[in-house]
Amino acid sequence: MSNMILCIVIIVAAATVPIGTATRYNLGHPATAGDIKACDISVAPDGAGLPEGSGTALQGRAVYEAQCAICHGARGEGGADYPALAGGRGTLNTDKAVLTVGSYWPYATTVWDYIHRAMPYRNPGSLTPNEVYSVTAYVLFMNGIVGLRDQVTAKSLPTIKMPNRDGFVPDPRPDVK
Amino acid sequence: MSRSIPLEKALSDVLVAYGQNGEALRPEQGYPLRLIVPGWEGNINIKWLGRLKVADRPSMTREEAAIYTDLMPDGTARRFTFVMEAKSVITRPAGGQTLSGPGFYEITGLAWSGRGRISRVEVSTDGGKIWNDAQLNEPVLSKALTRFSLPWRWEGEETSLQSRCTDETGYVQPSREELIAIRGRRQGPDGFDHYNGIKVWYVHHNGQVSHV
Repeated sequence: MSNMILCIVIIVAAATVPIGTATRYNLGHPATAGDIKACDISVAPDGAGLPEGSGTALQGRAVYEAQCAICHGARGEGGADYPALAGGRGTLNTDKAVLTVGSYWPYATTVWDYIHRAMPYRNPGSLTPNEVYSVTAYVLFMNGIVGLRDQVTAKSLPTIKMPNRDGFVPDPRPDVK
Repeated sequence: MSRSIPLEKALSDVLVAYGQNGEALRPEQGYPLRLIVPGWEGNINIKWLGRLKVADRPSMTREEAAIYTDLMPDGTARRFTFVMEAKSVITRPAGGQTLSGPGFYEITGLAWSGRGRISRVEVSTDGGKIWNDAQLNEPVLSKALTRFSLPWRWEGEETSLQSRCTDETGYVQPSREELIAIRGRRQGPDGFDHYNGIKVWYVHHNGQVSHV
């Protein structure tokens, strides 16, 4: 019953206070420098936005097995609802194309950016920068792009040449006449 | 999730939206703030907008460098395929609906284009042999859906219904076969991200309408 009364109050309030009036609800606060820094997480292909840190595939293997393998498989082969991370090289021009980090993604920085912002699926944002470097290195290692003990750092990550870097073309549409 | 939008587009017609029809956005629409990027692929119309950042180059995030790209049969992939090309669909009679028997029906549907106004919609009721111009319901505007309609008498025969639109650039909505001939048909989520082929509905003897 109390829920019903609350709903009616909200509906009346919404009906009588148009959007854009000067009414203040004292919600939120102006963004501080710290607020902005916390969400300014984009990493560009030249490495802009990468924090200091480093990791190797050897270190990343433990992170991967604990946090990633349950969905993406022990060797990055993927699962029923989760994409493969490794393999697929040489398949892009076939009827059974397998699009993975190794076969398709053009920039290693994209791997770092995506793991950092969105993984692990159930707890995104929980990995430290060094863990992200390590698990990025491990995903690249599974694709034969870096060695097991290669240090992947803020400086080296943008210099890694991904196999399909030159595989993308601008939009040619309209292509059907 | 993060997307890069060319500054020219961002400054021309992109909206940061907080409301619609006099009420705040609903949660599933992206409350409290979202982007509206007219005519461009759905995913770039960011919901639950967290921040805007001005940069001098694309970030190449997963959603623009890896997915929402279009892999072609030769193994190359198109990227930054932003514009949604002209598309139309008959919404009545449509799949899941049933015609009550032979007689008069008004065929109606929607057409739109990322490149401007819809200039023409044609409808075929005989499997694509004859195409008749449908009436466009005013107002016909860019960045908006255009409703079309055509009267039709169904004699009870098995047939198919389809619509084909043209936009103000002269672009004609292609058939599924024409699209596949050029772009192929790839497995996985990226094969048809920008699919705009002609939609065909099959009408059965008993009046049932189904997907082809």
